[in-house]
Amino acid sequence: MTEAATDHLDPNWRNSRAEPDSFEFDAESEAQIAKILARYPESKKASGVIPLLYVVQKQMGRQTGSAWVPRIAMDRVGDRLGMAPIRVYEVATFYFMFNTKPIGRFHLQVCGTTPCMLRGSDDVFQACKDAAKVQGYGHTSEDGLFTMTEVECLGACVNAPILQVDDDYYEDLDYDRTVQLIEALRRGERPAPGSTTGRQTSAPEGGPLTLLDVPGGD
Amino acid sequence: MSEVKLIKVTVDGKEVEVPLGATALQAAELAGAEIPRFCYHERLSIAGNCRMCLVEVEKAPKPVASCAFPVMDGMKIITDSPTVRNARRGVMEFLLINHPLDCPICDQGGECDLQDQAMAYGGDSSRYHENKRSVTDKYLGPLIKTIMTRCIQCTRCVRFATEVAGVPELGAVGRGEAMEITTYVEKALSSELSGNLIDICPVGALTSRPYAFMTRPWELTKTDSIDVLDAMGTNIRVDARGPDVLRILPRVHEEVNEEWMADRGRFSFDALKKRRLDRPWIREGGKLRAASWPEAFGAIAAKFKGLPGERIGAVAGGLADAESIVALKDLMGALGSSNLDCREDGAALDGSNRAFYLFNSGITGIDVADAVIIIGSNPRLEAPVLNSRIRRKVMNNRMPVAAIGPRADLTYPVQYLGDGPAAIAEVLGGAFGEVLRNAKRPMILVGRGALARLDGAAVLAAAWGLAQSLNAVREDWNGFNLLHTQGGQVAALDLGFLPGQGGKGLGAMLGGGVDALWLLGADAFDPALIAPGTFVIYQGHHGDRMAGRADVILPGATYLEKDGTYVSTEGRVQRGRRGVFPPGEAREDWRIIRAASELLGHPLPYDDLFGVRSRLVGANPVFERVDELPPPAVVSAIPAGDAGAVGSEPFVPFITNYYQADVMGRASDVMAECARTHAPTPAMAAE
Repeated sequence: MTEAATDHLDPNWRNSRAEPDSFEFDAESEAQIAKILARYPESKKASGVIPLLYVVQKQMGRQTGSAWVPRIAMDRVGDRLGMAPIRVYEVATFYFMFNTKPIGRFHLQVCGTTPCMLRGSDDVFQACKDAAKVQGYGHTSEDGLFTMTEVECLGACVNAPILQVDDDYYEDLDYDRTVQLIEALRRGERPAPGSTTGRQTSAPEGGPLTLLDVPGGD
Repeated sequence: MSEVKLIKVTVDGKEVEVPLGATALQAAELAGAEIPRFCYHERLSIAGNCRMCLVEVEKAPKPVASCAFPVMDGMKIITDSPTVRNARRGVMEFLLINHPLDCPICDQGGECDLQDQAMAYGGDSSRYHENKRSVTDKYLGPLIKTIMTRCIQCTRCVRFATEVAGVPELGAVGRGEAMEITTYVEKALSSELSGNLIDICPVGALTSRPYAFMTRPWELTKTDSIDVLDAMGTNIRVDARGPDVLRILPRVHEEVNEEWMADRGRFSFDALKKRRLDRPWIREGGKLRAASWPEAFGAIAAKFKGLPGERIGAVAGGLADAESIVALKDLMGALGSSNLDCREDGAALDGSNRAFYLFNSGITGIDVADAVIIIGSNPRLEAPVLNSRIRRKVMNNRMPVAAIGPRADLTYPVQYLGDGPAAIAEVLGGAFGEVLRNAKRPMILVGRGALARLDGAAVLAAAWGLAQSLNAVREDWNGFNLLHTQGGQVAALDLGFLPGQGGKGLGAMLGGGVDALWLLGADAFDPALIAPGTFVIYQGHHGDRMAGRADVILPGATYLEKDGTYVSTEGRVQRGRRGVFPPGEAREDWRIIRAASELLGHPLPYDDLFGVRSRLVGANPVFERVDELPPPAVVSAIPAGDAGAVGSEPFVPFITNYYQADVMGRASDVMAECARTHAPTPAMAAE
């Protein structure tokens, strides 16, 4: 089990200095919340708990550079949706996409499921360790820039191996390209997401292989 | 009740008729087939996560969880086949993977569902060799001890806290193997019903903290009795070993407490060993000294000698049993005194008609009521189990509830109509008046605290008037309900322990109206109110503040130490039985009075329990019918008060400190710790 999965078991988490004393939604979040809540009837607005937690995580990322969901923010979500706080905690701890403790500025999510593993996810893992200087899964680098976690199938197996950085997929990675990606992130750049080999989406490498001789074409 | 459509299903070849919408598990139970289960509890919502109740259903490809499987007409259910046995054995093996083998040191041992069902349905050995998971224990307050490694995640406790107790504070966080039951933010459960978590937990994960490592269930002597620490008449079982009560559990009584119990009744029994009056005391030269029974009676006889009857008075307390009340009343009558009062808290109760002081709709009336107005009461603190019944009705049927009085969290939505009794007259003109008028069975719930004030009689009349103008007092429904707070209060009213012809009430007696005052466990008023020259006889079981004022102390028995008759707030006569013997020289209260009567020269005409109970029936025929409620009757009389005379003072909370609201709670260490844990703020705790 990775450390991230047991975050909520840390008995000292309340004493963690990172836990803020208050949380309020900012204007950008409010605009998103208004849009989200419009999808649900008033009596069923608790359905908005997952999108709202995501709004929280995004806002924390904007404001503090660490996209996570503090406990006080879960309380605010509960207030907003008319839910008991514990019901929000249950949801937030159930999904590992919600970080219940602070993470680095960039969240490196390495897919280690079978197709990615067969295509070299171990190299991606090693590259992350070396370039981002993180000890392993569930750890954050000393400089606070990178947190690496292991995730289950990201559903992009055809472009395996995948590294998800925050919301973006970087595909067709190998050791070197992963190092380059991380160095770019460290410089403050955001390389374009998608295949790092330059192929179009999940089309064959080196261009189309089929339907080359379309009758009546030329 | 609407017609329920019955359908036929076959369970193990036996045909049974079950209501449409029943589950396979319920059908199997009706057919007499036993289905093992952990997560399913008949009074909670269905979770279907333990999978122990698997059965086969004909044409279903796989075994189904019977607790969550609705039956259909003609369905054939098989509860005992090789497949079913195999499936259950497999489920049990999975449940035991992470369950520790610590039964020898587990308090649930001997009454553990997991233990029993592993014996009955499990395999004979384990194939699991890996490490078991371990889980950090959680703090849930001074009453509940947690050993969370034993938890099998049935979520009964989560559902109980959310649905019955109405405090959604427990939850299952994390997922998969990392799932844990917790409050997430460490805090004691803020419920007065938290002890029930111990009962519903099918394993030893939630156990009783005061009972930890005490005994094994088979070593206990179990006595059926009645809880008197609130006025519900909760049916209890007193578990004792030798002279010690080790725990109190609720018994099932569908019309009273179902299977729940409030925390004060469950946990304050450690007071039986604390600050007890275990021998008579008499005051000599301004100081109390230990005495013998003859000395104590001698002191009383010396004082009473030559004292005219009208200079003697008696006050009965809220925990007194009917036997001692009738004995004291008879003794006072023989002495020529009609100075009696059982309204120690000063509540302006009208004893002239039983309907004026009962919870007339009955506790089950809550289930059929369709609107409630609460006047000057906090049922959550005054009768927690009753409050959860109201909550269930509110949650299931959106029953509207309004209240007049201080704001409080009753665990369900309440519309507040005002602070003081003046608001009663305005109810009908307001929006909620319309709701009440449209209700078929409106319920007016008046707290005893609402009457314990100077304009109490007027409040009573106003509330009764409201009930009448809503046509809530009629042949098939009496919606006027008075909620008492202690188990002995109604019996005293039924026995007419009230000022007789020319008799003085509590106020007059305290203010120097009598020269000798016999207090039968009465301790709800400030002892300083008793006029200085008054000779006070305190008959009670704890060295509480009133004992310090007494000139003679007669050591009595608590409700757990005597056979007693009690009448609940709804007028249900029930018998409590002795769980343990009273300590030292302490005796059953009616016997003390009987003995005193002999020495005072007016021997009472009964000297055994049968005799005193016959006398009870003679005093009021309601005592003949144990555990039966009289049918509602038309009441044309009205209470004596003047409804127009209500004051403008707002109602105040009657119980501010739930855990120490009575003499037992005040003497109990467990309750003291609860009070410390749950104290609202230091400023409010200072009274």
